[in-house]
Amino acid sequence: MQASKHLLALVACTLAAGAALAATPHEQLADYSAQAGRAAQASRGEQIFNATHGREWSCASCHGVVPVRTGQHAATGKPIAALAPASNPDRFTDRAKTEKWFRRNCNDVLGRECNAAEKADVLAWLLTIKP
Amino acid sequence: MKKTLAFASLALLAPLVSADKHSARVPLLPKYQQECSSCHIAHPPQMLSASSWQRLIDNLPRHFGTDASLDPATARDLSAWLGASAGRGRRISDAPPEDRITRSSWFVREHRELGTGIWRHASVRSAGNCDACHGGAARGDFDEDSVRIPK
Repeated sequence: MQASKHLLALVACTLAAGAALAATPHEQLADYSAQAGRAAQASRGEQIFNATHGREWSCASCHGVVPVRTGQHAATGKPIAALAPASNPDRFTDRAKTEKWFRRNCNDVLGRECNAAEKADVLAWLLTIKP
Repeated sequence: MKKTLAFASLALLAPLVSADKHSARVPLLPKYQQECSSCHIAHPPQMLSASSWQRLIDNLPRHFGTDASLDPATARDLSAWLGASAGRGRRISDAPPEDRITRSSWFVREHRELGTGIWRHASVRSAGNCDACHGGAARGDFDEDSVRIPK
């Protein structure tokens, strides 16, 4: 009985954690903007996305200049599903996944993690793109 | 009794034999599949030794020039599963340079008749892009008969 109570509690916690991580792209944009303490600027996001930052790759190297189509990993050649939420409803629907990929890809492109303002700007730009 | 023993040892050997041919289809840990197949196919764990996999997991933030870092709990889970599922035997235990599967002596030997131009083909780009030619690679199928080399 005690064990099943524990199990129930565990299941409830897991479900709660899962629910907390699920979010719409607009909710995540609002969170990043709040963390940054300013409104997102889509035009800055476009610049960040398409520029190189003293290294070999830009975001566009793998995701494409207008990321409404399937991209291709610059090193391995593996197809990368479209990034713009209008073309791919799975994008930016899981906070942990969003954070994981911003961390990895900003390190690859900028040589450091992105701050909340930069994440807000890029996401704001991606949300302006129509398929 | 002898027959049973012989059969049992055959059954034990079977997975080793197919692992040796790199076409063993060990069910992949869903988390491994999910985390490792974003940028390349989730490589069959038998293609490297446990010590090679451990070094790769430890160096994920600098994974062949890209940041493939994982949260610590996921890294621990993958490390345990890879350690248990890793390849064994002589040709696997010699770690390839940089722990790159594509630099293993068996890999080089099995691809030597292709010539190096194939890796620069637009739809291949890298020796690690297995499914450019091995359509079933993501399922662990590297059968020579199903290979399609792009023209």
